[in-house]
Amino acid sequence: MNAPVKIETTLKDWETDQEVRWCPGCGDYAILKAVQRTLPQLGADPSNTVFISGIGCSSRFPYYMETYGFHTIHGRAPAIATGVKLANPDLDIWLVTGDGDGLSIGGNHMMHVLRRNVNMQIMLFNNEIYGLTKGQASPTSREGTKSPSTPIGSYDRPANPCAFALGSGARFVGRGFDVSKNLPDVLKAAHAHQGAAFIEIFQNCIVYNKDVFEDFAAPKGAGDRQLWLTHGEPMLFGDPKTGFDKGIALDRDKMALTVVDVADGDWEAAGVLVHDATNRPMAHLLVEMPFGPFPMALGVIYDDPAPTFEAAVIEERSRASAGKEANLAKLLGKGQTWTVDPSEGHPTD
Amino acid sequence: MATQAAENPTTAPDAVVVRFAGDSGDGMQLTGGQFTLSTALAGNDLATFPDFPAEIRAPQGTLFGVSAFQINFGSREINTAGDAPDVLVAMNPAALKVNIAALKPGGLVIIDTGEFTKRNLDKAKYDVSPLDDGSLAKWDVLAFDISALTIEAVKPFGLGNKDALRSKNMWTLGLALWMFDRDRGPIEDWLKAKFKNKPEIADANIAALNAGHAYGETAELSGPLHKVHIDPVKSEPGLYRTITGAEAISLGLVAGAQLAELPMFFGGYPITPASAILHHLARLKEFGVTTFQAEDEIAAICASIGASYAGQLGVTSSSGPGIALKTEAMGLAIMTELPLVIVNSQRGGPSTGLPTKTEQSDLYQAVYGRNGDAPMPVVSCRSPGDAFECAIEACRIAVEYMTPVMLLTDGYIANAAEPWKVPDPAGYEPFPAKFLTEKNGEELLPYKRDGKGARPWIKPGTPDLMHRIGGIEKAVDTGHIDYAPDNHQAMTDARVAKVLGVKVPDQEIDLGEAGGKLAVVGWGSTYGPIHQAVNRARRKGLDVSQIHVRHIWPLPGNLGELLKSYDHVLVPEMNTGQFKTVLRDQYLVDAQPLTKTSGQPFAIAELEDAIGKYFDDIPGNEGGEVAVNEAQLPSPELDA
Repeated sequence: MNAPVKIETTLKDWETDQEVRWCPGCGDYAILKAVQRTLPQLGADPSNTVFISGIGCSSRFPYYMETYGFHTIHGRAPAIATGVKLANPDLDIWLVTGDGDGLSIGGNHMMHVLRRNVNMQIMLFNNEIYGLTKGQASPTSREGTKSPSTPIGSYDRPANPCAFALGSGARFVGRGFDVSKNLPDVLKAAHAHQGAAFIEIFQNCIVYNKDVFEDFAAPKGAGDRQLWLTHGEPMLFGDPKTGFDKGIALDRDKMALTVVDVADGDWEAAGVLVHDATNRPMAHLLVEMPFGPFPMALGVIYDDPAPTFEAAVIEERSRASAGKEANLAKLLGKGQTWTVDPSEGHPTD
Repeated sequence: MATQAAENPTTAPDAVVVRFAGDSGDGMQLTGGQFTLSTALAGNDLATFPDFPAEIRAPQGTLFGVSAFQINFGSREINTAGDAPDVLVAMNPAALKVNIAALKPGGLVIIDTGEFTKRNLDKAKYDVSPLDDGSLAKWDVLAFDISALTIEAVKPFGLGNKDALRSKNMWTLGLALWMFDRDRGPIEDWLKAKFKNKPEIADANIAALNAGHAYGETAELSGPLHKVHIDPVKSEPGLYRTITGAEAISLGLVAGAQLAELPMFFGGYPITPASAILHHLARLKEFGVTTFQAEDEIAAICASIGASYAGQLGVTSSSGPGIALKTEAMGLAIMTELPLVIVNSQRGGPSTGLPTKTEQSDLYQAVYGRNGDAPMPVVSCRSPGDAFECAIEACRIAVEYMTPVMLLTDGYIANAAEPWKVPDPAGYEPFPAKFLTEKNGEELLPYKRDGKGARPWIKPGTPDLMHRIGGIEKAVDTGHIDYAPDNHQAMTDARVAKVLGVKVPDQEIDLGEAGGKLAVVGWGSTYGPIHQAVNRARRKGLDVSQIHVRHIWPLPGNLGELLKSYDHVLVPEMNTGQFKTVLRDQYLVDAQPLTKTSGQPFAIAELEDAIGKYFDDIPGNEGGEVAVNEAQLPSPELDA
């Protein structure tokens, strides 16, 4: 794989002439802008960038990006992206999917693209609802979600996308939400990660599941409800005006996380953990941290690269080909053969 | 055969059918495969029919655990594995029970009495041993204790009885090699190579092989066994090898990718009987082949579509149930107009059906089986060797027309072997893929069609040709999302016209001539039995021709006129009449079906009977009467 050449672009260079067709006020607009703002900062080349999506509101994304784009079929984007990456590992691939597309109909492909560790950024827009099909409960809908298909409330238990990703073997797990100013930083970290980078982006479906993330995403009181994780920094949160007065510590007896008060900024005394993004067991604890008693863990939760699938495929191909000649004529005549001489041969009838 | 030779030792038969049958753990497929190799090396023409259970190791000695391998070989052209065996080798009571009815009257049955224990007879549901009750009277029986003779032969190698008995198949092969005057050298070489790291096992097997061979001499003196020499077939000069359909498709795909000047990406998922293609290609990485064992059938085709999008030749392969799973993705490839080859190794269906048995029942699926108006070219192979040509043809159409193409083969072709004249790759016209490298108008037009109706192939990564494609209907030329009524009409028409415009060669007549009383029209692996049956009928003076169609969709341009030049059209198929429906639909011809869905290929005799029924006015012809225009042709007792 060649080192990518950095290209100078502006946000405008990443916009297409296509009319954006999401509902007015949809969280997708904010994510689109965040991505279009981030790509120039990465020095990304539109000619070398491919957005691949499945089906759903989120999956319209490629049409609005002035890059190569493939709007595929429901749930299958990870499989298609795997083929694209194996055919041309130099391409910079962004996968766009949703909670239904990526965790329901396409859950199997999501698992395998993560465990194989194909180098790409996977943005899962989680709005906890099927939007494009008019509001049915999705695999991430909370218990009791009322929808056309669950008129008195859903009763199946929701999946946790980041826990699913970790369980599938993901080497990068990040979290953000549509209107967060920190989202570009998470995207940049995902892009810098070599391998499959999974980013759950909470997205507000204002028509079918309005403000379902408001309890932690609302600007008011956000400090108390959001834990932004930075590698090497203590896990602190709280009202920024009064200083971070709370932190996350480990209850070693229970092997569980706990919220502790931080007095006078002395987080060390309070036993607050320092975020180590390469600590896999800790990543599991952080993504499973229930919102309510705990703040919502956001940012780069886990980032510990491992060899990529495409590198292994290239390596295997060169190993298998070593010292072998690609001579088709010889291949066709391989094995035990015999010759019919012109003297004895006659055309068959 | 054996009896023929005995009656008239000076006349060797011009063809012999041998069936090896045993328990699925007895190594009958291996025995058959090696016997095939020795037959090919002896210069005979041949065709084989491996017939094995779906279970890897069915319970020993049971009727459903019987595995058989039939080979037809001769000094003349051979097209089928033969109807009834002349020689049956039965390694246990179950193998005898399942196969004896097929043996020609007067044929030779070789039986291992060592396996005819009370327990094994019970498993085979024999109340009385058939060796004792006279039920084998109409055949020549050579029954002796192969098990004991094998143990005796490998004694010097210190193997336990269980291991020693594993060489039984080689003992039997040795006897067969003696019977047909064959060289043991290549088999010995193969055993030495196979057991390179276990020389004692190789030696034991070679000893068994030699002991079986030596036994032939003894048996000839005292029993019905006779040595038969079959002359080499007269064939076109050149280099030959044996090839199975799965090998031929793999090689054809490699050749096709080279002719297109493209790397190949093969996405597959394990399924019988298609997996062999994945296995072959996985060993051909030096030819620019990437093989990807996906998490499921859908991912296998989707990854291949992704690879095609990125500029490689995407190929995927499966069998009926897997093809069904891939269907939605085929629609995506049709909509995005990307090249793709989909190989369908058909098996008995529906659902899981008969995984290891053959059928041609996916023709509707191939031609019609997708949502929306989703036209796709379909090519079908007639034999293992023909599969090579068809695979190249499928690649050519995919690349030249920017379309997925389905290549139909079946379980019979996939597993069967035949001698194959090794082709010269330089003899094929290359069809190099072209990629768009700069804008094809003032703005980029990803759906601007060329003279053949194909859109340009644009690889992501090409500077300044960024564009979006997808499964939603696209506007003419620009490819932008467009649901407008006129646009969908125009794009549907364009997709249909492109596929119908695929250039396919005119239909040739395989036997006979244009016009006449009867055309027997086939496709796929029925070629062999139809060819033999029509050949025999023509030798009897019957006015019958054979037409065998490779291009199922679009059909050859002259086919309609050709079919209308006959009084009758008979379409034998291993399904309930699927190609017949297509022919009736396309040409309004009164095509009559002859159908069979027993999981077994047609026997020549079945087809001869069906042909004969059209010639009931010929004196001496035994055929029944067929009323013209009757909806169903009375078919012979197929499953008897």
